[in-house]
Amino acid sequence: MAAIDGPKGTPTSGAGLLAGLLGIGVFLTIFMASRTPDPRFMVHAYIFMAAFTVALAVLVIGISAGRFVQSDDKYEDGVIRAGVIASLFWGVVGMLVGVVIASQLSWPNLFYFPEFGWLNFGRLRPLHTSAVIFAFGGNVLIATSFYVVQRTCKARLAGGIAPWVVFWGYQLFIVLAATGYLMGVTQSREYAEPEWYVDIWLTVVWVTYLLVFLGTIWKRKEPHIYVANWFYLAFIVTVAMLHIVNNLAVPVSPLSSRSYSLFSGVQDALVQWWYGHNAVGFFLTAGFLAIMYYFIPKRAERPVYSYRLSIVHFWALIFIYIWAGPHHLHYTALPQWAQTLGMTFSIMLWMPSWGGMINGLMTLSGAWDKLRTDAVMRMLIASLAFYGMSTFEGPVMSVRAVNALSHYTDWTIGHVHSGALGWVGFVSFGAIYCLVPWLWKRPRLYSDRLVEWHFWISTTGILLYIAAMWVSGIMEGLMWREYTSEGFLAYSFVQTVEAKHVANMIRALGGLLYLSGTLIMVYNVWRTIRGDVAALETNAILVQPAASGPVPTGTVAAE
Amino acid sequence: MTYETLSKIVQQGGTVYFSLLFLMVCVYAFWPRNKETFDRAARLPLDED
Repeated sequence: MAAIDGPKGTPTSGAGLLAGLLGIGVFLTIFMASRTPDPRFMVHAYIFMAAFTVALAVLVIGISAGRFVQSDDKYEDGVIRAGVIASLFWGVVGMLVGVVIASQLSWPNLFYFPEFGWLNFGRLRPLHTSAVIFAFGGNVLIATSFYVVQRTCKARLAGGIAPWVVFWGYQLFIVLAATGYLMGVTQSREYAEPEWYVDIWLTVVWVTYLLVFLGTIWKRKEPHIYVANWFYLAFIVTVAMLHIVNNLAVPVSPLSSRSYSLFSGVQDALVQWWYGHNAVGFFLTAGFLAIMYYFIPKRAERPVYSYRLSIVHFWALIFIYIWAGPHHLHYTALPQWAQTLGMTFSIMLWMPSWGGMINGLMTLSGAWDKLRTDAVMRMLIASLAFYGMSTFEGPVMSVRAVNALSHYTDWTIGHVHSGALGWVGFVSFGAIYCLVPWLWKRPRLYSDRLVEWHFWISTTGILLYIAAMWVSGIMEGLMWREYTSEGFLAYSFVQTVEAKHVANMIRALGGLLYLSGTLIMVYNVWRTIRGDVAALETNAILVQPAASGPVPTGTVAAE
Repeated sequence: MTYETLSKIVQQGGTVYFSLLFLMVCVYAFWPRNKETFDRAARLPLDED
């Protein structure tokens, strides 16, 4: 698939080969759908078949109509534009499901539907986590990595049609995972719920992604590989390794949606949390740090504070993060020395985490006024503040004695969300606000004031969310360990659930505010893509000729 | 290969070799002659597209 690009204006390489593979795929999935005794497997075979058929039709029609030509002297930006739109779409879906399940916890009598089993909390919860982490976060990472690697290598994306295979293949993975959760197809491994055939599909897509990224670095016209590309590469390689090892399993049959893990007992638990914590370390940290290392210097128009620190930051993070997983297994059958190892390495992570945060923050030194004037910059810097906060909190919670109080409580949920909403969400929003005008060749965003609204509404949402979870988490942790003078547990489980009611409602409100901020962003991005500028803000652009009224739709393309 | 040999290699690898490797990274990062390369590299995102 990763064929060499021809001179400019040639047919996109790999399109014919891809059409052939898709044809084989259509027949294979028809065969599987017709032979399987498993109705859920059949649904997925039909989804595969439909996706392959549509892709094949688009390819055949496109090739015969003379589409799919590429010019090697231009960057491949189409797939990045698609990635930005997909990110926003899945972001809204994932956050909406989050608000729904928060409401289910707050008002179970209103949001519990016994007749619709697939709307149960247990089915929707993995849908929420996967949608926000893998669908939203993954699309942001793929899109920004394609943008950054081309600009910093001064080379077009490698592999002809392969970047589009990565994009659409990844969307298909998301649809298969999400529909699987609703039907009850799950391996019950946290953040690795999709079953064996979806895992194989993701492996194919991910290896293609790796080859595209490596191929682009290979043909770079810039001798030095910029630090952001190192972070992206670590993210892609490590996620491939984690995904393959954690999902080693034996299917019940080639036509079954059920499989059994190759590991058992405590080894199984250790592999799962080696995967789980490094998904945090390499997907949610290394990948988004790559965004930080490109977009913050670019937006601030000054080089990163210390390039040397960025090299030390990178390698320290790589060497330390991979050992931290066992802190998820305190007080389990895992040998205590392994638990202590995980805890020790988690505490050591303070150094690279804060080193990286300081490197990002200090990039603004001498330009702190941008925090006041530029809401996008403020969003990027706030993301670093949340990064610093959650990477301080995480090692504290990994200490065995603290974990005895925090584990299984809402404190963990609060911690995860200060990282996810504050760090991952805000750094992604900041990057998207930068990317949209660049990709659609617009002079500016539709409205800077809407970015202000987005920032403050979402920040309020995060603060409500994490404060509520701190309170309810520590409260329920204390209630669980409370004994009466006779040595009985002081509270039944349902009493702790009852005690969390108010905190749960505040959490749902915080989530709703965060979602509202995202919807404001979607509107702002949509108007920017159309080429509009908010009526109140038009006189702010002095460089625009004839900027007296709203700019006509679609004609602003300032090439 | 016995379990003991393997675990010895892994334990040494995890502590001695990885620490040495990291030390070499630090030396590379702070080597005075590399400063020029890094200063140029740091400006990469700021170059016009």
